[in-house]
Amino acid sequence: MVETMNTLTFKMGLKNGLPIALGYLSVSFAFGVKASLLGIPVWFSALISMTNLTSAGQLAGITVIAALGTISEMLLTQLVINSRYFLMGISLSQKYDESFTTGKRLFLSAFITDEIFAVAISERGNINARYFLGLALLPYIGWAAGTIFGAIAGNILPQSVQSALGIALYAMFIAIIVPPATKKISVLFVVMLAAAISCAFFYIPFLRETISAGFGVVICAVIAALVAAWLFPIKEKETENA
Amino acid sequence: MPDTLKILLLIFAMAGITYLIRMIPTVFLRKKIKSTYLKSLLYYIPYAVLSAMTFPAIFYATGDTLSAVIGTAVALIVAVFRLSLIIVALLACAAVFIVIII
Repeated sequence: MVETMNTLTFKMGLKNGLPIALGYLSVSFAFGVKASLLGIPVWFSALISMTNLTSAGQLAGITVIAALGTISEMLLTQLVINSRYFLMGISLSQKYDESFTTGKRLFLSAFITDEIFAVAISERGNINARYFLGLALLPYIGWAAGTIFGAIAGNILPQSVQSALGIALYAMFIAIIVPPATKKISVLFVVMLAAAISCAFFYIPFLRETISAGFGVVICAVIAALVAAWLFPIKEKETENA
Repeated sequence: MPDTLKILLLIFAMAGITYLIRMIPTVFLRKKIKSTYLKSLLYYIPYAVLSAMTFPAIFYATGDTLSAVIGTAVALIVAVFRLSLIIVALLACAAVFIVIII
């Protein structure tokens, strides 16, 4: 086991969490606007953000909620979309030092996100629970606050501004997937395949009538990722950036 | 309002499963995944999910197809230059807003 870096403090966690929090403010603002456009009340959106802390999962979730989908549809959708946290949880558990008691693991695992994971995993040596708590605190507050601002703004802004903001969250998703897709042929492949299947589900009447929106995303993502993993298996190091 | 109860149930289902996905490996698993295929799958899933959620939904995100398609084009083009998420989003929103008010 690598020796614990005693230098990692709660305060350093806060400092490293601040830029994540600022990013989350804008993403969750877009989420709040989107939720309000779907007719979801402000306090529901706030509750979702405070209990989930995940952008793609929450967007898929409000789509299921707006359509009053079934519980099993919700569970399966979240299981597939958030499956990456499982991998991150495994990686993080190797970095935790002895300050991570089972109780702290139970509590702090709720704050594993792509960005918090990326910062935590990039620290040299092991990390302690104080540092992780500091790292998670501001992003959590930023995520909740941004959602509430967005949900309120979505209700009071003029129609033209609301419509313009409706594209924000999707544009952010594009900003996430395009840079790696221009660098790696395998990511470009999985992105194009998923988009193609998703469009087929939407535009082919028979498929559109039989597959609901929530399940559609799940099926597209799993098929595209299965094919990509089969055609382009990746080496050790690369998974860390997921 | 029976819908309120249903929505609350859906929110708790969403929160519960998401928490379990994060909690189980950190509490119960302390070993690394060895299978290359499984690791590859978990690596590709986020990209596949984001892409499937974005297309074709983005074309209907603004209320009219023309502004949405132009907003999408702007997002795709500026994203190539690795600008931050918020800048890409604001430029796409600005493009949509301009098309709508013209």
